[in-house]
Amino acid sequence: MSQQILNFLYASILSGAPLLFATVGEILTQKAGNLNLGVEGMMWMGAFAGFYVGLKTDNALLTIVGAFLFAALGALIYAFLTVTLKANQNVTGLTLTTFGIGMSAVLGYAMTGAASGAPRLSEKLSSAFSAIHIPLLSKIPFFGRLFFQHNILVYLATLLAILAALYLKYTRIGLNVRAVGENPAAADAAGINITAMKYINIIVGGGLCGIGGAYMSIITANGSWQPGGIVNGNGWIAVALVIFVRWNPAAAILGSFIFGAFSSLSHYIPASFLDLPIAIYQMLPFILTTLVLIITSIRKNRASCQPAGCGVNYYREER
Amino acid sequence: MTQTPLTKKASASEAPIRIAKREGLSSRRAILLRLLTFVMAIVAGGVFIAAMGQNPIEAYKLILRGAFVGSQRNPLSSIQATVIIFVPLLIVSIALSFAFKMKFWNIGGEGQMIIGATFASYFAIFHSDLPHFVLIALMFFAGALGGAFWGLLPTFFKVKFDTNETLFTLMLNYVAIYIVKYLETLTSWRARAGFASIKHFEDNAKLMKIGGVHIGWLLALILIVIAYIYLNHTKQGYEISVVGESQATARYAGMNVKKIILRTMLISGAICGLAGMIQVSGIDYTLSTGMTGGVGFKGITVAWLAQLNPFVMALIAAIFSILEKGSGVMQSTLSISAAATDVLQGIILFSFLGGEFFTRYTFVFSKRRTDK
Repeated sequence: MSQQILNFLYASILSGAPLLFATVGEILTQKAGNLNLGVEGMMWMGAFAGFYVGLKTDNALLTIVGAFLFAALGALIYAFLTVTLKANQNVTGLTLTTFGIGMSAVLGYAMTGAASGAPRLSEKLSSAFSAIHIPLLSKIPFFGRLFFQHNILVYLATLLAILAALYLKYTRIGLNVRAVGENPAAADAAGINITAMKYINIIVGGGLCGIGGAYMSIITANGSWQPGGIVNGNGWIAVALVIFVRWNPAAAILGSFIFGAFSSLSHYIPASFLDLPIAIYQMLPFILTTLVLIITSIRKNRASCQPAGCGVNYYREER
Repeated sequence: MTQTPLTKKASASEAPIRIAKREGLSSRRAILLRLLTFVMAIVAGGVFIAAMGQNPIEAYKLILRGAFVGSQRNPLSSIQATVIIFVPLLIVSIALSFAFKMKFWNIGGEGQMIIGATFASYFAIFHSDLPHFVLIALMFFAGALGGAFWGLLPTFFKVKFDTNETLFTLMLNYVAIYIVKYLETLTSWRARAGFASIKHFEDNAKLMKIGGVHIGWLLALILIVIAYIYLNHTKQGYEISVVGESQATARYAGMNVKKIILRTMLISGAICGLAGMIQVSGIDYTLSTGMTGGVGFKGITVAWLAQLNPFVMALIAAIFSILEKGSGVMQSTLSISAAATDVLQGIILFSFLGGEFFTRYTFVFSKRRTDK
């Protein structure tokens, strides 16, 4: 029984990790005042790029960098349109999702066409992403297995979430970014370079979404390219998670674990105990998010909530 | 985005190039600018096709031929298939434009379509013995009801607690998908044991056809006119615009803002639900999670690009349908995935979104201080 619970918690962390990358990325974006609904698309771009680079180079580091850069390119399009050309954020983000999904499908089709049969990543690369047992710590009963026997990306996601929290809270740039997100006019008056702050956060945020996507194509999908079946709405869950964790990257660690638990719950609850259709379990994260939306709006808790300037483009002469 | 008058005084930090709001762009220039944007989008799409190692002109020819030139047996077959893609896209775009006009971000078109289709499918599956016209009428009503219900759910919380509707409607899309997935597991709904798919509709529950295509196309054309009149020439349409411009103004004018928002979302959701019903009863003849074809999302961009004008929406929806139908043909001839249509649509949309900037803003090249 306790082994079963341990397996469940372990699986929850595994399926929460790609969400964590994307959630932290979207928090960085939203903190700078931009709601980017292109997360799903950028994850798909990262999923393809990571897979492709992995297939060609067998190099784990390049895989991550490739995924980051390709998704960041998508984010750059979004940033250029919304920040420089002041296009509507919702529409641009949704278009980025369509574009990103289409892009990865087209490129994936071309990649599959060249190879004979479905392309698979090499053993060498897969082993680079297999579980790492941290010396000593991984020997601790229960917790050693739960926290210290993961693949490199799980550690990276956690580290990035902590760094993002510190960046937003304690660094000068982070403070400026938050000012831009809350009140761009005041930030502008204080001499903060709004355009630069937005670009940096949107692009880095998009790149993180890309790593989340690569996680799904390399680890979740077990190293084989599955057209149309890799990201599976996780980008939208990440958008929901941002609200769930109330724009706090550190809280996203726990939040993505909880959402990961929901998505792996159906495999671990014995049917003899509770026999619900899988669809109900899969619905839970989304229902949970709507409940969070409702509760936060009832409590009107503005502190640590959505940045006030989020979703609205800033134009200096329009106040 | 309020229209503030442009102040003549330049800001203190004198940059050589300054962005200023453009006032009163003549409609002829605006149309010219959009045409230019469209040409540039086509060129950008061509660059993408060329990057895939194909001849862009050939590819575009294939797309046009695929969308219009039919088979020898039925010369109209391709046009009919294009119309079939066009109908739900246009209907949903119009539905969403109602909500957008009052700055209510209904991104839940997908879910409202699915729930509308689900309600309609209930009658198709469990009451297929009713007389044809009664059954179809019931299905239309159920479709509208389902869509309206799914649209009103987030709206209720919006007017009551100011709950964020963008994300709420978005989440409900997924809840709707999983409701259908759940129904697929029920013995009374599913086609046969072991297969996750809903029963096929009896002929009785299928939408009648005019000109080889279900009557949805006629309804869509009627809807364009109705929507145009409703939004521009009725009191309720005017109220929607006022709420969209400023809720405070609407309140001062004595309007019941909550009621207007609820009423408009009821209409928006109901029309999405109708689109869902038309899709399952006119094309799919069954209920499935993929029945929307992403129309709920694409409709958002169509409505936005058309600046909420139903006639322009019809034009843009037609362009997208041609692209989509044609790309399928392009895939079988060239070795490019049919998903290329998504990329092309993306490129066109990006171009238009960027091009909008030049209709709203202009560059001012500041001369050496003239105010002295």
